Amino acid sequence: MTNVPSARVRTSSVTPELVSSLVAAALGALALVWLLYERILPTSGMLGFWLCWYTAFLALYAVVVGLTQDRLAVSDRIAAVVFSTAGLVLFSVLLLVVGFVVDKGWDAVHHWNFFSETTALIGPDAPLDRGGIYAAAVGTLEQVALSTLISVPLGIATALYLNEVRGHLAGVVRTIVEAMTAIPSILAGLFVFAAVVLTLGFNRSGLAASLALAVEMLPIVARTSELVLRLVPNGLREASAALGASQWETVRRVVLPTARPSLVTAVLLGVARVVGETSPILLTAGFTNELNYDPLHGPQVSLPLFAFTEVRFPVDNAITRAFGAAAALLLLVLLLFTSARVIAGRPLGHVRRRERRRLARAFATATDPTRQVPTA
Amino acid sequence: MTAVVDRPLERTSTESVPLADERAFRAVVRGCAIVTLLLMGLIALFLLLRSWPALHRAGFSFLTEKRWLPDVNHFGVAALLSGTVVIGCIALLVAVPLALGASLFINEYAPRRLRRLLVSMIDLMAAVPSIVYGLWGFFFLQPRMIGLSRWLSAHLGGVLPFLHVHDADTPSSFTSSAFIAGTVVGIVVVPTVTSVMREVFSQAPVAEREAALALGSTKWGMIRTVVIPFGRGGIIGGSMLGLGRALGETIAVYLIISPILDYTTHPLQSGSNTIAAFIASRSTESSSIGLAGLLGAGLVLFLLTLLVNSIAAVIVARSRSGAVTE
Repeated sequence: MTNVPSARVRTSSVTPELVSSLVAAALGALALVWLLYERILPTSGMLGFWLCWYTAFLALYAVVVGLTQDRLAVSDRIAAVVFSTAGLVLFSVLLLVVGFVVDKGWDAVHHWNFFSETTALIGPDAPLDRGGIYAAAVGTLEQVALSTLISVPLGIATALYLNEVRGHLAGVVRTIVEAMTAIPSILAGLFVFAAVVLTLGFNRSGLAASLALAVEMLPIVARTSELVLRLVPNGLREASAALGASQWETVRRVVLPTARPSLVTAVLLGVARVVGETSPILLTAGFTNELNYDPLHGPQVSLPLFAFTEVRFPVDNAITRAFGAAAALLLLVLLLFTSARVIAGRPLGHVRRRERRRLARAFATATDPTRQVPTA
Repeated sequence: MTAVVDRPLERTSTESVPLADERAFRAVVRGCAIVTLLLMGLIALFLLLRSWPALHRAGFSFLTEKRWLPDVNHFGVAALLSGTVVIGCIALLVAVPLALGASLFINEYAPRRLRRLLVSMIDLMAAVPSIVYGLWGFFFLQPRMIGLSRWLSAHLGGVLPFLHVHDADTPSSFTSSAFIAGTVVGIVVVPTVTSVMREVFSQAPVAEREAALALGSTKWGMIRTVVIPFGRGGIIGGSMLGLGRALGETIAVYLIISPILDYTTHPLQSGSNTIAAFIASRSTESSSIGLAGLLGAGLVLFLLTLLVNSIAAVIVARSRSGAVTE
């Protein structure tokens, strides 16, 4: 096949010419910039070096391509390189952030006590084989669970109002929900602080923190749930109505079961957004090193708050603990996110085998001729 | 048979007196929607109500006073506001070019098989907590950016006076600056901006793209003449949305800047402040007038972000409605 190259049109955009000109420009720029930057000009610093290298690389690449092609092709090639660089920079930032945090926190995380002890009785300078994030993890789980309990029913009901009932207020509610998603998280904390702590006179507690997180989570859940409900085919609703079901029955037996996997995704994404929020908790939860299972009374620490507090001690061990907590937080977000994606990957209205059996049984009873069918 | 025909008619005519279940369902759902609606109103109401003593006492000078001495009645958000705006603008300078390039890369240049993965990576990046970015910015990015700051101030400081830095010999004059904080905030908001831009770009009409390519345009020519003009609303709206997020970013800023109560006029110089970071730093404030002042600062931030985000929403909505009629 290789001896008749003209018979085949190459559709791949990666040609030997492209690769060689890229490599040539990159190496040439590296040599040039190293000479100028490190040897001749009084400049230093990694970031500056690579910025200069990139500029020189673009210029050299334009020249190399310009040797064989016209100006249009040169600008096309340069644009491709610039956009790809932007993409590459963005994704390498993500990898750098994750890699750096895990690397710095590793010394703390690989001690088992990091997950089973608290920092209640030790100082910030204590060795890493003592103390840990147990109290913070308990706080995070309780606060996030409470805020989910508050915001999910409210959010899904709001979505039902927007998409199923479509009442007079739907337009206003939709606008307000959109506006609420954009409110800075610290204002959610400030609001709960002003309302619950200052006005109602309660102390800072885990519950107050959950309320702040719920205020932040509610618009996210409401908005994504509405988008999900919109994807439920109208034919299903009409079929249900044609069988004589009321709107409540349609919602309960048709719309919600159909949308269930996507609703779970919406909730998980909402949880992933609030699980690492620090600023609202800073104002509402108070801080303690002690283990506090009771979200209703007394201050309660959580993972982001723990990381935030530890990192401000000018001590290496405390900072490593902060990075350990941040790594745990990242892992939590990653878990929530991946499970959201996996569930979202299922098609809308996917029925698991167990449920299919249950439905078949229900159908058999419903169509059983011996059963008395009530007439309208 | 008549029963079957009658039923839908009956249902439409008795819409106002539905079954008990039905009535309860609607009442509950409407109630929840109203609670959501009220919550937003309550946020504004409580901020206004609890900050009223401070706003009343400070009067209009709350917006022009830069000091924060609530006990002697000299307090205002002017310095904080300047820092907030400067850091927001630096964040945009970082985020918008990066997001523009990355969204075009994902839509136009990345291999088709990778596209889904890249989109979920952007979503994941948006879900990474800002404290993680803050830690990374302080310990990883800051030491690597001092060289750049020094170079900028040494070579451009003469031409652009706002880039000048006092005590340029000591490295600590370059740390904890608005420039570094703004860069980190820019990285925090990049995913949001990218996903808005990417979504709008992906709605560019296929027929026009193909027409441009069929006329012999290069890929860049097609992007320049079809995708970018079509997505202009998305670019502006996405940037505004990013600005809204950047103005309210708290923890990443708080970890990096060294707080001062003066106008942020030299972004490369150490020291700045934003409303959000200031509120977080004074969260243990005890005097009632000081607390009221903090809530007043919160109210200013609330109005500022509401304004920016409403403008963004209008622009994005307009560009999307254009997509539908296309």
